[in-house]
Amino acid sequence: MADKIKFAFLLAGGCAGCEMALVDMAEKLVDALEHLEVVFWAPTVADVKYQDLEAMEDKSIDLAFVDGMIRNSENAHTVKVLRAKSKTLVAFGACATLGGIAAMGDMHSKEELFNEAFKDTFSTDNPEGVLPTPQYLLDGKYDLTLPAFTDRVYTVDQLVEVDYFVGGCPPHHDFVAAAVQAIVAGNLPPKGSWLTSGKAVCDVCKRNPAAKGQERLEVGEVFRTVDGRPDPDKCLLQQGYICFGPVTQGDCGASCLNVNIPCRGCGGPMPGVKDYGARCISAIASSLKDDATAQKMVDKFNNMAKLVYRYSFSSGILNQKLPPKEKSKA
Amino acid sequence: MSFSPNIVGFACQWCTYAGADLAGNLRCKYPPTIKLIRVPCSGRVEPEFVLEALARGADGVLIGGCHFGDCHYKEGNYKTSRRMIMFKKLIEDAGFDPRRFRLEWISGAEGKRFAEVAEEFTKELQELGPNPIKGGTA
Repeated sequence: MADKIKFAFLLAGGCAGCEMALVDMAEKLVDALEHLEVVFWAPTVADVKYQDLEAMEDKSIDLAFVDGMIRNSENAHTVKVLRAKSKTLVAFGACATLGGIAAMGDMHSKEELFNEAFKDTFSTDNPEGVLPTPQYLLDGKYDLTLPAFTDRVYTVDQLVEVDYFVGGCPPHHDFVAAAVQAIVAGNLPPKGSWLTSGKAVCDVCKRNPAAKGQERLEVGEVFRTVDGRPDPDKCLLQQGYICFGPVTQGDCGASCLNVNIPCRGCGGPMPGVKDYGARCISAIASSLKDDATAQKMVDKFNNMAKLVYRYSFSSGILNQKLPPKEKSKA
Repeated sequence: MSFSPNIVGFACQWCTYAGADLAGNLRCKYPPTIKLIRVPCSGRVEPEFVLEALARGADGVLIGGCHFGDCHYKEGNYKTSRRMIMFKKLIEDAGFDPRRFRLEWISGAEGKRFAEVAEEFTKELQELGPNPIKGGTA
């Protein structure tokens, strides 16, 4: 390859864990960097400013990654700018593709969220009750601005066109390496696809009863992760620990299951799933024994929506369609 | 009360769909608010279908299945029942009124029951008013 691939990485509303996932590739990243020229990696790694990005020519970046959801006007602006400047845009990680953890905030009103974050939390010292305001005139002459809160959390593809999706919170580094190698080699599926093995978490999970020739039994008990300690070798769902492996992409290699923790769906929906939470309910309920068990599950978990939409509320049909007022009523 | 709700009904072909047919034969009167979609079994109805119908402008969704023990496929309706217990809680927790969604067991012999359900549900939806997510495509 004569020219290096011009590469950009933008952190929108996320936690920078996805950047860590890329850095976690370690020596594989060093190999990949022979083919990549990093032109923009902000606000985390490289010393470039948003203005530098704005000054670039349109379509001058070959490959751009975005991680993080769109939570405020700054995220929305930078994502739009990055889209204009890049040829290929990859939504990277659970937030960018599905909304992520922050999307659960959409089930509360802005006031509720702000009060919790800036007033009511135990460790907060804010006697005057100051809340972030998008615009503030200091001393009558300094016009200060802050990014404004959006009406809900958006995924990247709800705002701009996205070429590829990579799930995971964060994406597993082995899988990131495979994805980056595929991109460098130009070995890519049609645009708009998820870069995924297409296998479910159960498919790659060592506990899968089918892999051991065992029969699948109905689940008569429901446990939360705080209830006792599951058998480290048996399928968690079979033991009654609710696990979302059946409907989640298993590019993580069932990492959580390897440490005795049930899957919560950060890997993103299996191909063909339109609404992750609804499909989750469908899959889990079918393995429960009877109505009483289903009722037990409903009673046991405080909030069904926050359980099944832990990483994906923004991509869910209800969040996209319901007016914000309705959602915070719940 | 001029608001005429738009109800999408998923009807199992072995029972509720036949029940609706019987309601017609019996000349039962019920409001023209319900649009039936024939499905092989109530167990075929994914919670996603219900969400999609609601997102595309239905004011209410009805799933009609066989009584327990009557399922043509033995346990399809049991699965539906389990799913919908959880699904109802899901939409409620996400901020959507669960009264817009209904699950009823109506056999092929209960034409009258079908008409009653359609009438009841229509009345309830008239009281609730239009779906807050009306319009648009998902």
